[in-house]
Amino acid sequence: MAEIDILWITAGLGCDGDTIAMTAATQPSLEDVLLGALPGLPTVRLHNPVLAYANGEAFLAPFRRAVAGELDPFILVVEGSIPNERLKQEGFWAAMGTDPATGQPITTCEWIDRLAPHAWAVVGAGTCATYGGIHAMEGNPTGCMGLPDYLGWRWRSKAGVPIVCVPGCPVQPDNFMETLLYLLYQYVGLSPMIPLDEALRPTWLFSQTVHEGCDRGGYYEQGDFTAEYGSKKCIVKLGCWGPVVVCNVPKRGWMNGIGGCPNVGGVCIGCTMPGFPDKFMPFMNEPPGAAISTSAVLMYGRTVRALRNFTKSALDKEPSWRRTTPPERTP
Amino acid sequence: MAPDDAPRKDAMTDGSRQLVEMAWDPITRIIGSLGIHTKIDFANRQVAECRSTSSIFRGYSVFMKGKDPRDAHQITSRICGICGDNHATCAVYAQNMAFGVVPPALAEWIINLGEAAEYMFDHNLFQDNLVGVDYCEQMVRETNPGVLARAERTAAPHADRHGYRTIADIMRALNPFTGVFYREALQMSRLTREMFCLMEGRHVHPSTLYPGGVGTVASPQLFTEYTVRLMRYIEFLKRSVPLHDDLFDFFYEALPGYEAVGRRRVLLACWGAFQNPDRCDFTYARMAEWGREMYVTPGIVIDGQLRTTDLVEINLGIRVLLGSSFYDDWQTGETFVRQDPLGNPIDQRHPWNQTTTPRPQKRDFAGKYTWVMSPRWYDAASGAHLALDTGGGPLARFWATALAGRVDIGHVRATGKGVEIHLPKTALAPPLDLEWRIPRWSNTLERNRARSYFQAYAAAAALHFVERALVEVHAGRTKTWSEFRVPDEAIGCGFHEAVRGALSHHLVIRQGKIANYHPYPPTPWNASPRDVFGTPGPYEDAVQNTPIFEENGPDTFKGIDIMRTVRSFDPCMPCGVHMYLGNGKEIAVRHSPTFGAELLR
Repeated sequence: MAEIDILWITAGLGCDGDTIAMTAATQPSLEDVLLGALPGLPTVRLHNPVLAYANGEAFLAPFRRAVAGELDPFILVVEGSIPNERLKQEGFWAAMGTDPATGQPITTCEWIDRLAPHAWAVVGAGTCATYGGIHAMEGNPTGCMGLPDYLGWRWRSKAGVPIVCVPGCPVQPDNFMETLLYLLYQYVGLSPMIPLDEALRPTWLFSQTVHEGCDRGGYYEQGDFTAEYGSKKCIVKLGCWGPVVVCNVPKRGWMNGIGGCPNVGGVCIGCTMPGFPDKFMPFMNEPPGAAISTSAVLMYGRTVRALRNFTKSALDKEPSWRRTTPPERTP
Repeated sequence: MAPDDAPRKDAMTDGSRQLVEMAWDPITRIIGSLGIHTKIDFANRQVAECRSTSSIFRGYSVFMKGKDPRDAHQITSRICGICGDNHATCAVYAQNMAFGVVPPALAEWIINLGEAAEYMFDHNLFQDNLVGVDYCEQMVRETNPGVLARAERTAAPHADRHGYRTIADIMRALNPFTGVFYREALQMSRLTREMFCLMEGRHVHPSTLYPGGVGTVASPQLFTEYTVRLMRYIEFLKRSVPLHDDLFDFFYEALPGYEAVGRRRVLLACWGAFQNPDRCDFTYARMAEWGREMYVTPGIVIDGQLRTTDLVEINLGIRVLLGSSFYDDWQTGETFVRQDPLGNPIDQRHPWNQTTTPRPQKRDFAGKYTWVMSPRWYDAASGAHLALDTGGGPLARFWATALAGRVDIGHVRATGKGVEIHLPKTALAPPLDLEWRIPRWSNTLERNRARSYFQAYAAAAALHFVERALVEVHAGRTKTWSEFRVPDEAIGCGFHEAVRGALSHHLVIRQGKIANYHPYPPTPWNASPRDVFGTPGPYEDAVQNTPIFEENGPDTFKGIDIMRTVRSFDPCMPCGVHMYLGNGKEIAVRHSPTFGAELLR
């Protein structure tokens, strides 16, 4: 039976939120993958610091073996943004483990430099690892960046797989686990090369805008925009970027179909996008383009809303031949 | 010098003992980056010295300057991937104060319900999928085979409630992935996250939380969907709490003296949780009054005595010290806030006045060795800068709430000696009354036990919040947000309980932008290094006191008692530990275990 290790580094500039999101996934769940609950899966050994049984050097042992070329094959998952360690005189921004030769921490960059050439595939989990994310905000002292900026957008693994980016802040749980599942099937030859778009996202998960999957899109179409949080109506005027953001969350929900962003009353802040966060801030302002597009839709929207209300009120009444008063009852 | 520092001195300067330096880096099954470096006295079976280090800098306080203050909660949520919503909530509290806005009551009930679900989820996942592994059959077999043998022979006192006949059966159920209870807990942590998503949109960075209220649509459906899940979770708790009681009680019994593991002086901080919208108006001037009305009472407990429940006094005493951290000092830097709105002077070392300037450098355990600073609480009565800890969150919350004796909401009642929690009938289980009692020690096992009981506290409190929210909905008061204007100049502060303990956010607005922002989560309190006075941080302090019960010698040592101690604080960062051998001088440096160490050079 085929086997593969997953080496997961959370030591970027991140919050471990993508690992925590992974534990929320149900389609498939982490147990489904690790216990082989799905047909055709290889045996998977996960080395993730948040869930690992082992500590310290025992935990690092497979990482060190992989660096030495003694662990093969493995998928490298990186979580967190990758700092620019050249931006300072000495010390480190981010590290994992200690180098026994120097007694100093081993930087996250060194780990990536030494692991990536041996990896069967490299996956960025969450927006920090994919495009820099919140920690790469303007004014950050660490100069941090995403994996494609660090390794190069045209980088290919030794198996010819491009960097796989699963953005989201954090990543939508099932989006991540399903991408991992696809790669595992690809590894055992049950799936062809993973289809990725120009931002290196799996195409079947990131082919739709928030707006295209949003159940409040009907309000937008009818030109019905709210100025208050807590309303059921379209919240684009409150700062929602949904019409131009690539993300399936309103369609898929956050977990088990529950939760999300604009579909449950939270403005889309574009957290899956390479331009996040700077291009979306301040988050509570109406997006500049929205003022134009909502004005354009207003005349059409108000007209169809009025027509539909007229028809709806007619449909809300039973046909004339049905009784509208209770029949007389025998005592 | 803080009095709690005194007993540690001899251990550090005693040159006659055989000390072995060992390091675990990173420490796993926690969140983030944490290193614990120790010197162990194997002859006397004790940890002689410990240093805590964190190897990741991210710089929130730096890059938030100049940003729109309305974005503070969205940005600061990203500080933490397991309790980001606690940050978002705390930021909203600080924004509300600075903007002078009071959300509708319904919004506060919705936030309370979201935060209650967060406590349920996070404590559940951490207890049974991260901490629980330290007590599972595989781990106990590898560290204390004698204890496992005894567990096989020991009947579980609450077997009728949780269904596991012996303590060893419980331990087997906690084995990672193969254990039945491990998998069930993982499933339950999803159910409670669904509850969270109902109220706050997404886990872990909420989408529906805003200054002024929430975007959540409040209809009966929202509360039905929440309550159905809550009751299923409460049924689980009726097995989970007795199971953990059996497990932790067994360790006291099987390893006499285990109460000393992770024990430190009772120096607990709780900043309060769950606002009472009947009282809370988010004004600084009335913060002491509305703070006391929270459904988890804020408080500082010193040596078992409740020192204060006054959030203003708590706020004024916060000091951020350096000493062992990779930052430039700001003592002569800009003073943003000279006095609070009540006219009290604000210290230069207070978060409102902190300026964060990172200074990356080589790690030196005799000098600067971590990215964590040293928050302390200045006790005007004793003149000491106290290294308060949060007891991992629940221990401090329970202790402060119990002693204050103010919370009485039917399902939960603080008695002065403990906290009573009443869980109602569920589908297959009768009602269950639990009581958390003030323990004799602030130690590893009691931090863990409190974590089980607090899940019940949060669930019972949530029942109250649902009742109160439905009163609003049924009365037609379904507005969940109040409009506000961002002032040009303002200050704000938020106090909350992150899952793992005391959380504060301090905000200064100038010209409508963030001029200064400093969040203080529980982990800086707990994982802080030695401060400028030489006082060790709580992990260092608690590990330094720890006797070694592990049966393995230095060659196969796993450091399980140390790991249990560090994890009992529920660290929110990844860590490591190092050791020396012989007369206090370093003659061997080992990493545990040692294989593969030469590969990464």
